[in-house]
Amino acid sequence: MPDLRFTEQALSEWMRSGGSHSEIVISTRVRIARNIQHHPFPLLATKNQADEILNVLAPVVDQNQEAGYGTFELVKLDELEELDKKVLVEKHLISPNLVNDSRSGAVLLNEDESVSIMLNEEDHLRIQCLFPGFQVREAWERATAIDDIFEESVDYAFDVKRGYLTSCPTNVGTGLRASVMMHLPALVMTHQISRILSAVNQVGLTARGIYGEGSEAAGNIFQISNQITLGQTEAEIIDNLHGVAIQIIEHERNARQRLLDDSALRITDRIMRSYGILSYAAVMELKEASQRLSDVRLGVDLGILKAPSISVLNELNVKTQPGFLQKMFGEELSSAECDMYRAKLLRDTLGITH
Amino acid sequence: MLCQECGVRPATLHFTKIVNGEKTEFHICENCAREKGELIPGTSGGFSIHSLLSGLLDLEGASKGKSTAEPKPHEVRCEECGMTYGQFSKLGRFGCSSCYKYFDKGLDPLFKRVHGSTSHVGKIPKRIGAQIQFKRQIDELKEQLQQAIVEEEFESAAELRDQIRKLEKEIAQE
Ligand SMILES: [Zn+2]
Ligand SMILES: [Zn+2]
Repeated sequence: MPDLRFTEQALSEWMRSGGSHSEIVISTRVRIARNIQHHPFPLLATKNQADEILNVLAPVVDQNQEAGYGTFELVKLDELEELDKKVLVEKHLISPNLVNDSRSGAVLLNEDESVSIMLNEEDHLRIQCLFPGFQVREAWERATAIDDIFEESVDYAFDVKRGYLTSCPTNVGTGLRASVMMHLPALVMTHQISRILSAVNQVGLTARGIYGEGSEAAGNIFQISNQITLGQTEAEIIDNLHGVAIQIIEHERNARQRLLDDSALRITDRIMRSYGILSYAAVMELKEASQRLSDVRLGVDLGILKAPSISVLNELNVKTQPGFLQKMFGEELSSAECDMYRAKLLRDTLGITH
Repeated sequence: MLCQECGVRPATLHFTKIVNGEKTEFHICENCAREKGELIPGTSGGFSIHSLLSGLLDLEGASKGKSTAEPKPHEVRCEECGMTYGQFSKLGRFGCSSCYKYFDKGLDPLFKRVHGSTSHVGKIPKRIGAQIQFKRQIDELKEQLQQAIVEEEFESAAELRDQIRKLEKEIAQE
């Protein structure tokens, strides 16, 4: 029976501390993709071959406990309930891919859930490190250190010309995907966001909304990450993302200031209304919840609201997702019931309690 | 035609998706294709990067077939996992790491388009790092040797040959 603590808490331990620029950058994630030589990629692997990969990779972290990334626990996907899988995806600890397309998929999670190592995802090994706030370099350093640990005991598929060989051509070379999750409400409100996102595209980065479709990000949260993995060094990729993110942070700050200077009353009213609605509504759709939570977060960042804490808001972003609601209030919720329980959860946390 | 997503760049990828008999056409640029491709929770199985890459690869094959009499590369097969280049084009994913070797000829244009580059310059696994450095050196020396022979500089050719032999011996001892 797998340990269920990973799906019972909405917020991973690592999310509780702030990190730098935490009024804009929610979290930083670095992922590196690796494969073992002379084994078919998970796409083609038989169940036996996939199990063999598990047997080779899973023990590696146990033998390296002294490395200081905590104790790892192996969670096999086929031993999990559907709902628990959904919650792990909503917490960004595993990818939807691992749930849908994986044979003998598994994840190694450390205690504070800041390291999540997926096995038999699209690649044999995907090392993911999560940090609160803006910590691109820190996240890369940890990921590459864990990569070194694996490299000591397994033979990676590597080619002098192409680098680390991955299942998908979009990851070949460094296998590195670094991303920062940013809350950019002022850039959205001032209609500058599309200009910024297309500029981001031109320097080899990509921006997309999280928990949302296309460029219309739910809750004004955007994930900026590198597109290119071949022909650039890891340091270049990390520096590029770092530099661009700093500029976006700067633009968002300026836009926030301009909102305060030009339309303080309007923005205050919007924030207060959103806080009021979250505290009193009886029915709340996810899309509206995300937008209102974004307003409240902006209110806290601007000092217009004294509460709730950013940590509570981070927690609500996860808890208002369908998987987590069902986990809390019952497995068989219809979407109408979800909307009702979502409103209840928000009232219980932010406002009146009945 | 402009990309229907961003409306800025020209649409270079054209797809038809049929769901429940309903036909939808997509005309988008590569940038937007890449953005759309990464899956988002709750939209699994939608518009995946692999189907888009597959479009890209087919494009490559089609234009080649028209302009030259070269045989289609679709029958090339990876001898380790059995995947053909044709299957790779459809799936947009490799079957194993040896596929890179067997499909090498068709990969440069693809990588050029996806990454703007064809060769890795980043991290090298420590354990094989030393060997790779040797190999890079040997390849360079071999090129110089070739050059020396062409230019009939036999003295330096002999020197280069000795250097290569020495390095190859060191590799063998590793
Ligand atoms: Zn476009
Ligand atoms: Zn193969």
